Amino acid sequence: MADETPLLRAQSVSLRFGGVRALTDVSFAVAQGEIFSIIGPNGAGKTSMVNCVSGRYRPTEGRILFEGRDITALRPNRRAGLGIGRTFQNLALFAHMSVLDNIMVGRHHLLRAGFLRGMAYWIGGAQREELEHRRAVEEIIDFLEIQHVRKAPAGTLSYGLRKRVELARAVALRPKLILLDEPMAGMNLEEKEDMARFITDLNEEWGMTVLMIEHDMGVVMDISHRVMVLDFGRKLVEGTPEVVMADEHVKRAYLGEVEAA
Amino acid sequence: MSGMTPAGDFRSSYRADTTIFPTRGSRVALLIGIAILCTCPLMLGRYELGLLITIGFMGIAALGLNILVGFTGQISIGHAAFFGFGAFASALLAEHHVPVPIAIWGAGLMTAVVGLVFGAPAARLKGLYLAIATLAAQFILEDFFARARWFTGGVAGRITEPYTVFGVSFDREETYFYVVLAHVVLMFLAAANLMRTRDGRALVAVRDHYLSAEIMGINLAYYRTLSFAISSFFAGVGGALYAHYLLFVSVEAFNILFSIQFLAMVIIGGLGSVMGSLMGAAFMVLLPELVQVGADLLAGSAIDRALKLGASISFLREMVVGAAIILFLIFEPDGLAHRWRLVKAYWKLYPYSH
Repeated sequence: MADETPLLRAQSVSLRFGGVRALTDVSFAVAQGEIFSIIGPNGAGKTSMVNCVSGRYRPTEGRILFEGRDITALRPNRRAGLGIGRTFQNLALFAHMSVLDNIMVGRHHLLRAGFLRGMAYWIGGAQREELEHRRAVEEIIDFLEIQHVRKAPAGTLSYGLRKRVELARAVALRPKLILLDEPMAGMNLEEKEDMARFITDLNEEWGMTVLMIEHDMGVVMDISHRVMVLDFGRKLVEGTPEVVMADEHVKRAYLGEVEAA
Repeated sequence: MSGMTPAGDFRSSYRADTTIFPTRGSRVALLIGIAILCTCPLMLGRYELGLLITIGFMGIAALGLNILVGFTGQISIGHAAFFGFGAFASALLAEHHVPVPIAIWGAGLMTAVVGLVFGAPAARLKGLYLAIATLAAQFILEDFFARARWFTGGVAGRITEPYTVFGVSFDREETYFYVVLAHVVLMFLAAANLMRTRDGRALVAVRDHYLSAEIMGINLAYYRTLSFAISSFFAGVGGALYAHYLLFVSVEAFNILFSIQFLAMVIIGGLGSVMGSLMGAAFMVLLPELVQVGADLLAGSAIDRALKLGASISFLREMVVGAAIILFLIFEPDGLAHRWRLVKAYWKLYPYSH
């Protein structure tokens, strides 16, 4: 494992907005097949880190490598084609499109028929292509158990369902690496359990590598293979859940300074 | 529309689940509707046919604007200029011995290229800034029409050829009606198809949430500009049909007021609705005619004398059109297409509407 190229590698990434340092010299690597979690207090730079990977932000310094290829300056829309999908912390669905169309947008980079063939629909193969991909999308719909809302406009769904549709849309990209920004925020226990099951299934059965930000420590420690802790834009620790939980820095960052007895 | 399929309508293939017209009833209704339209020239007078033809080519152009404004969420206050460009381009092509049926599509393509040029700022600008950029397109093109005599015939205007296929001339309302009908059916099918495939979904995704659209692999600059090109293509074809209907195109018709009328059509018809574009065009074409009838009845009547309206009656028309737009924005912002869906839902559920 050590000599393999990791799927994702961040090399001393720093991100500054004017005088604000969002990230300072953060390096880590996510191996193929891992569930890798980033935790840390609010404002620690977790979402900024994910934004650097998905292309929303461009690091001020440092490099991002995906499958050994430098993608630091690649436009976000090109990264979907490489196999990076993501969900958002604040829902970012296409509110007026049906659930089905939302997920079909995830297939965008896999579809070939442009607007001319699309307009001709019956001649030129657009219909055949649409139906093929519809089949793949229905598999994802079955997996995430959202069959009953497939025709509903995404904007009308409950919060928990919208989170699921967002996951479905990211899965439809057929990503090698899926970035999940707080997939369980605002969910009740049952919904969290469902989501944890979906994530482990995606990892084990669909073979996706997961990079996740999450606040629920119970879930993070349960399903992650490795965890990285950020605080004030710096990396505190990285390691297996056991190592991270036992770390003094982490306790301090989460619980405050421990008084010397 | 979900949950509005009739009981017993179970789709057993994805193909049956992705049709434009979802139920058998709607498909039959469509065919009957087209059949009735085909008999119109036998039953209606030239005036009524003229109105239908106008609704047709205005509807095509309005559909183009709806793809830009309703589906992609951009804005253009220069649509009439593109409509005009299509009209002159087709007239010019026809003069150079291009058969009119081909010239119409050629004019559409030429307008699409012009739209691409003026739509280029859309790759970077949004909202008000884009509105001003398209306003510039309107004035630049208007100025171009006034100066480029080789293209427009200058202030004298340009005579155009009638629509002719194999020596048969479609130069009367009764025959030209079929030409416009065919183009309307073709263009509306194309738009409906576009919206249920990859690039159409990408346009809507750009409208609804451009940041996540980009993460999904959609190239924002490409689709924003593409939307302008497609929109201008529809405007160009609509304008060309207009040119070969009137057989004369004059420079001053394609002003900013006309552009705003197109915006009114898509707002009244329903932003983001293919059929709504046609409904909006019909509304905007028919409303002034109806008001005119009302004004004619009013003139010289007791109300006229009591309120001393006199010459102001002729302004009634403009006022009613303005009022209609305002009322729609307040009471029916989703447009006629939405109202039509509600009416359908009402009848489907009647009498148990709760």
